[in-house]
Amino acid sequence: MNNLISMNDLSRDEILELVQLAGDIEEGRINPSLKGTLTALLFFEPSTRTSFSFDAAAKRLGGATLIMSGTGNTSVKKGETLADTLRTIAEYADLIVMRNRFEGAARYASEQVGVPVINAGDGANQHPTQALLDLYSIAKTQGTLENLTVGLVGDLRYGRTVHSLVQALSPFKPKFHLLSPAHLALPDYLLRELDNKGIPYEQSETIESAVPDMDIMYVTRIQRERFPDQEEYERLKGSYIIRNATLEKAKKNMKLLHPLPRVEEIATEVDDSPRAYYFPQAKNGMYMRQAILSTLLEVL
Amino acid sequence: MKEMKVDAIKDGSVIDHLPPGKALEIVKILKPSPTASILLGTNLVSGKMGQKDIVKIVNHELGRDELNTLALLAPEATLTIIRDYKIYQKSKVELPSQVADLFTCPNPNCITNAEPAASRFHILPGPPREMRCHYCEKVYKAEEVVEGRV
Repeated sequence: MNNLISMNDLSRDEILELVQLAGDIEEGRINPSLKGTLTALLFFEPSTRTSFSFDAAAKRLGGATLIMSGTGNTSVKKGETLADTLRTIAEYADLIVMRNRFEGAARYASEQVGVPVINAGDGANQHPTQALLDLYSIAKTQGTLENLTVGLVGDLRYGRTVHSLVQALSPFKPKFHLLSPAHLALPDYLLRELDNKGIPYEQSETIESAVPDMDIMYVTRIQRERFPDQEEYERLKGSYIIRNATLEKAKKNMKLLHPLPRVEEIATEVDDSPRAYYFPQAKNGMYMRQAILSTLLEVL
Repeated sequence: MKEMKVDAIKDGSVIDHLPPGKALEIVKILKPSPTASILLGTNLVSGKMGQKDIVKIVNHELGRDELNTLALLAPEATLTIIRDYKIYQKSKVELPSQVADLFTCPNPNCITNAEPAASRFHILPGPPREMRCHYCEKVYKAEEVVEGRV
């Protein structure tokens, strides 16, 4: 593995190795050192959560970071091409983590520079480190990644975390419940991928009947700006809010995941439920990112 | 019924066995030089296909990019290069596994539309004939991408 750009590039074995490694790092069985390494965190779109997670991951293993958040005071604003920005930074840093609003930006970046590139989100396309931390969270809570039934709830059309997760789970014989308003359904190209791989899925605009079947419920935020009609948004948003009552018929092992930030799609009353796993999930992100950084920086 | 002949050419390319009704579209997308003489035959009788179209481009031999484009539009086509009224080379078009720097990605949010980056598409096993952008990973019908030939 030279870069981490898209879940489509990872084999089943590579995914399992990263999940195993994240667990080994968390449990202290493996203690990689990033001492002497410099990781550039280039967030052309401002981010706090993902950039902090990478920053913490690197620093807790003894590595140093350079951080750019937004393009406010940079030469990008002066019209510099992405390629030039990256080539310059690659002269200082050992690895580049980047988020950019253009789809394919990370793949393009990886072809421009001689250091490893990690995609931390490219438009609505991919967010592979999120998908991997989601897999790590699923494996930790279910004891396996195989043969699980996963409910994906909310904005399945624009949510890149959902797109990456669908592809990330594909090698492990999952079954999906795709629960969203009709115009925020999973894109056709991903449905075709599922069809081609023979992965079963059911689509519905309501959540309730699928809940008892799920091992994992993965909730994403429905954003107001995705709705052309604001009345439609107001009418629909309530149907996609998870409350304790929504989870009454869920299986005992079922866990509730969310990539965060959560706004109102999971009621705060659920936070104390044994099914709520979104905050531990965020912490798992740091261990998974340590696993990815250690692998790409070849310090293992 | 006697087959209607399209005039023979001295030098150039003959694209035969095109699906009936496709000739004009193919010429439009191949964009040979604006002054090139082009002969079109459409809905001609064909033993193999029932009906077919044929395009002859005078004094122009199709290059690799044009062949790749043609393969995406009409995978069954044959190409004959004519030199001095004789067949110099005859071949079936072959679908490439990928094409680079030939089409614009239809996704306005693709990095190749924002940076001076060459586009690249992987040709997926069809049918239907589909192409996946190497960068933004979106999958498009071949016709949709080919229409945007640079």
